[in-house]
Amino acid sequence: MMPPGGPEPPPLLRISALTKRFGGFIALDNVSVDVRPGERFGLIGPNGSGKTTLINCISGAFRTEAGTVVFGGEDITPLPPHIRTRRGIARSFQIPRPFKSMTVAENLMVALDFASVAGDFIPAAQRRDTVMSILAQTGLASKADLSTLGLSQVELRKMELARAMATHPKLLISDEAMAGLSSSEVDEVLDLLIKLAGQGITIIMIEHIMQAVMRFSERLMCLDAGRIIAIGTPAEVMANQRVQEAYLGT
Amino acid sequence: MSRNGLTFWIGATFFLVAALAMTQIVGNEYPFFACYVILQFIVLAVAWSILGGYAGYVNFGTSAFFGVGVYTAVFLFKAFGAPLAVQIAAAAAIGAFLGFALGLLTLRMQGIFFSIATIALTIIIETSVTNWRYVGGAAGIQLQRPLVTWPFDSYVQMLFFVQALLVVLAVAIARYIQGSWIGRGLQALKDDELAAECTGVPTLRLKVTACVICGALMCATGAPAAMYVQYADPSSAFNLNYSVSALAMSLIGGTAHWAGPIVGAILLGVTQQMLTVTISSEVNVLVLGVMLVLFVVVAPEGIIGLIRKAGRKRAGGDA
Repeated sequence: MMPPGGPEPPPLLRISALTKRFGGFIALDNVSVDVRPGERFGLIGPNGSGKTTLINCISGAFRTEAGTVVFGGEDITPLPPHIRTRRGIARSFQIPRPFKSMTVAENLMVALDFASVAGDFIPAAQRRDTVMSILAQTGLASKADLSTLGLSQVELRKMELARAMATHPKLLISDEAMAGLSSSEVDEVLDLLIKLAGQGITIIMIEHIMQAVMRFSERLMCLDAGRIIAIGTPAEVMANQRVQEAYLGT
Repeated sequence: MSRNGLTFWIGATFFLVAALAMTQIVGNEYPFFACYVILQFIVLAVAWSILGGYAGYVNFGTSAFFGVGVYTAVFLFKAFGAPLAVQIAAAAAIGAFLGFALGLLTLRMQGIFFSIATIALTIIIETSVTNWRYVGGAAGIQLQRPLVTWPFDSYVQMLFFVQALLVVLAVAIARYIQGSWIGRGLQALKDDELAAECTGVPTLRLKVTACVICGALMCATGAPAAMYVQYADPSSAFNLNYSVSALAMSLIGGTAHWAGPIVGAILLGVTQQMLTVTISSEVNVLVLGVMLVLFVVVAPEGIIGLIRKAGRKRAGGDA
C-alpha cells in the first residue's frame, strides 16, 4: 500500500498507553499501537485476552481509565460512540445486534440518517439507491425488505457489515464476523472484507479462524491477558514463541 | 407521503369543525364533561407513547406531569389571573423543562430503573405541592371560572374545544416524529441501544428530546383541568390513575403507530365513562386492569398490532 522508501504516512488510528479495568481486573494493560491508513490489520488472542475490550474502547462503548485514542489526528478519547461513528469508525458485533423491528434496508437507513455528514440531506429516492448498492455489494439485495428476524447467521453477519458500511467508515472493525460459520461462508465474508479493504477502507479484523486471519492480514497483533505479546507480519507473529504458548497452547 | 399528510390534515380539520359545531348545537353540558375527559386521555396516551412506545422507556410519571400542569394553571390564575392560553403555554414550558431535567438525570438508566425514577418524581412533586400553602396545600383550592368569551356559551364547552386543539397538536407531533429521522432513531435505540449508538444515533439526546416533548404535552393537557372541575387538590391532580391509564391506553391501542394510543384512549375512555355513570367509578379501575392483562397476554402489540396482523392497513380516520 505504501510507496517504498517514502515517508511513512501518519497513522489513521493511534492508541497510546490504553488501560481498561473492570473493578480489580485489568482487561487492557498499557496497550499502544498504530494502525496505518488502508491497512488490513488482524487482531488475535485467546478468549478473554482483551480483543473485544480493545474494540469497545476504540468505538467508544467503554470509557478508559488511562491512555488516549487518536483518530485521523484528533483525540477522540472523550467522545461518545455516535460521534466516533460520524468521524468514521464503524464496527460489527461479535453477537449480531440488528434492529429487530426493522427490515434489512431500514437497518441501513438508520446509518444513512444519523452517520452521514451533519446537515447532508439525501433525497429519499437516492437513499434507497445508496442502500441497495451497499446491499448488492454484500450479497443481500434480495433480502432488502425482509425482517432481520428471518435472516440466517451468515446473512446477519453480512447485514452488520453492510450497516457499518452505510456509515461511510474510514475504519471498519469486524469483531469475529466469521465465528460459527461454515467454511464456504467464512470465504464469503472474507472475500467481502478484502473487497472493502480494496476500496481504501482500513480494516481491523478480530478472528479465531487462523486461515482467514493469515490470508487477510497485512499486519497481525496478538493480545494475551490485556498486553500485546507480538506484533508484525502474520508469519513473524505465528512464529513467535510466546504467541504459540499463549494462543496455540503448545 | 404528502397525500397521506393531506388526508391527515383534512381529518384533523374535520374533527375540529365537528367539535366546534358540537359546542354550538348541543345545549346540555354533560356530553362536554364526558368528552373532555376522553380528549384529555387521548393527549396523555399519545404523549406517553412518544417516550414509552417509540423509545421503549416506560414512564410512570404521567401523573407528575399532569399535576404540575394543573398547579401551574392554579398558581398563574391565583397570582396573576392569567388567561387560559397563558396557563397552557406556561404549563407546556414548565413540562418541557421538567422533562429535560428528568431525562438528563434518569435516561442514562435503562429499563426498570428509569420507570422507578419516574414514580419517585411523582411522589416528590406531590409532596412538595401538598406542603405549598399558597395553592391550597393538602386541602385543595377552589377556583372561580372567569366569564366565557364568544363563540362559546359555557366555560366547559370552551375547555372541550381547547382540549380538542391539544389533541390535534399532540397527534400531529406524534405523527411527525414517527415518520421522521427522530422516530427512526428512537426505534433503533428501542431495539438495541449500543448498536444504535455505534450506527451514529445520538441516543441520549433523542431520549431527552422525547422526554421533553412528552413532558410538555402532558403538562399542557393538565393545565385546563383545574378550571374544568373548578377545584384542585394534590391527591386528585397527582392521582396515579393518570399514569396507569395513559400507559394502559397506549399499550392496548398499540405503540407501533401513532393512531394506536388514540384508539386505546377512545376505547378505554368511553368504557370508563360508561362504567362510571352506570355502575361506579371504582369498577372502571378494575376493568382497566383486566383489559391490560388481557392485552398483554393475548395481543402484546395492541389493537394496531391486531389490525396489522389481520392484514388490513389502516391509517388516519381515527382522530
